[in-house]
Amino acid sequence: MTRECKSVRNAYGRTLVELGKNNKNIVVMDADLSCSTQTQMFAKEYPERFFNAGIAEQDMMTTAAGLACTGKIPFVSTFAMFATGRAWEQIRNTICYSNLNVKIAATHGGITVGEDGASHQALEDIALMRNIPNMIVIVPADEKETEEAAKFAANYYGPVYIRIARTNLPDVYDNSYKFNIEKAIIMQEGNDITIISNGETLVECLDCAKMLKEKGINAEVISIPVVKPIDKDTIINSAKKTKRVITVENHSVIGGLGSAVCEVLSENYPVQVTRIGTNDVFGQSGTAKELMAYYGLNAEKIFEKIIGLLK
Amino acid sequence: MNNISISETEEIKSVSKKIRREILMMIHNAKSGHPGGSLSSVEILNVLFTKCMKHYPEGEKNPQYKFRDRFVLSKGHASAALYAVMAHCGYFSENELMTFRKFGSRLQGHPCSNQLKGIEVSTGSLGQGLSIACGMAIGLKLDKINSKVYVYMGDGEIEEGSVWEAAMNAAHNKLNNIIAFVDRNKLQIDGSTETVKALGDISAKFKAFGWNCAEIDGHNISEIYETILSAQNSDKPFVIIANTIKGKGISFMENNPGWHGKAPNDEQLKQALEELN
Repeated sequence: MTRECKSVRNAYGRTLVELGKNNKNIVVMDADLSCSTQTQMFAKEYPERFFNAGIAEQDMMTTAAGLACTGKIPFVSTFAMFATGRAWEQIRNTICYSNLNVKIAATHGGITVGEDGASHQALEDIALMRNIPNMIVIVPADEKETEEAAKFAANYYGPVYIRIARTNLPDVYDNSYKFNIEKAIIMQEGNDITIISNGETLVECLDCAKMLKEKGINAEVISIPVVKPIDKDTIINSAKKTKRVITVENHSVIGGLGSAVCEVLSENYPVQVTRIGTNDVFGQSGTAKELMAYYGLNAEKIFEKIIGLLK
Repeated sequence: MNNISISETEEIKSVSKKIRREILMMIHNAKSGHPGGSLSSVEILNVLFTKCMKHYPEGEKNPQYKFRDRFVLSKGHASAALYAVMAHCGYFSENELMTFRKFGSRLQGHPCSNQLKGIEVSTGSLGQGLSIACGMAIGLKLDKINSKVYVYMGDGEIEEGSVWEAAMNAAHNKLNNIIAFVDRNKLQIDGSTETVKALGDISAKFKAFGWNCAEIDGHNISEIYETILSAQNSDKPFVIIANTIKGKGISFMENNPGWHGKAPNDEQLKQALEELN
């Protein structure tokens, strides 16, 4: 299957430029990765509002906090590993505790970082961000959703974490898509099984659903870009219908989307949930494609897993 | 003139005594808190808030007035000193000081900006204030607001590597609107700073990072005042290394690391207050 894949990082960079044009309070910071995160686009357009922290993520986060204290709206970017790992306590104790208007848009989340290997593959970032009070957590799945998420963040007061994929992604939404912080999206309806995903794995789940259909299995596919605050109703209603839920994410099965779904269902409508993600292991080098297959995150592997479960 | 009059000095001394009494009563009442590093900070916070900073605790120009100077208590555990100085300046009633560290109080153990108006940002976890100050200083410069950002750090605190990331940041971005203090009381929880992790020549370190630097007696009112005023005209970020005495003013607390984070009992409070008469 060949499809046009688009750079969601470029989409983020372009959106920053657009946002910066209309709002002079938007400032951007990076930690020596502006060419990877694409904040370089903003840096070129508005050099006076771009601040490179150098390789100093802790300083970058708390400087962003100080900028927010003076009414600025800082967008802070680096790799997800360093944003959420190295600077976690700055995010927790300064940005979130003071409820400051800082937007953390981290790229290179998940196993699809690829060749750089485990040291750079953040498989814990959603877990790390989700458990901090005041933090909103968004994992966009395509170009359009990345743009919408960045725009939402700029117009919302408070800390927001956006995980932006390294890989290029095909469109999963049509042009009418409108981001809604309160709503999950039912991508396709079905009665036999519920598949919940976001980010880079959403398109794999949609492909998997087509393969299931050929086997006569009607999967309901739900996109949950907003991991926090999570749309409980959509999850519960789908579970009531299908009685069987699979979550798929480019993240550890501990603490991410799968955990969030389990929390909702175990407290409201317990059904069996199977979490697909990395299973409490570090990643390794390889192409994004190879790694998605190895860790069971591509359409074929998800399909095999589901067929096995339904036997 | 950068001088402070004799009568003003006497007034500040008398207020400093009152603040010390309040710090001790607050911590005694809370049965917890940090007397040592609060007592070493009194003169500087007092001079800063009563003589140097543009700030507006009440009235039409509210605490959020955009042209105010900013203050960040990076060593958030000296909160008792900050609250006592803020109450003196009129941010809230001095009666409220006795709610310090109590359930439901705005006067949290470490400063919380969402609870108490006038606290610019929550602090408590060490090593973060200087970077926050850098962000504020950049933001003010972007808006062409000619205000200063004052940040108060402990000496043990600068063992945190993030302080030196921030020191580089301030020099790189030419943030001459930052005036930082290092409360050089030479003690941290586990003992002497030079035993726990030698800080060495702090001035030389900051100078090497591109800062202007002055070393003063942190309990000498005219020296504090004159140094802050000269720092306001610095061409670079400015750090004041203030040599202080941990537990200053109370004989049995002075230079004793055991009083870093311990409340005086009834008898100790009585003796301490007598010494401050």
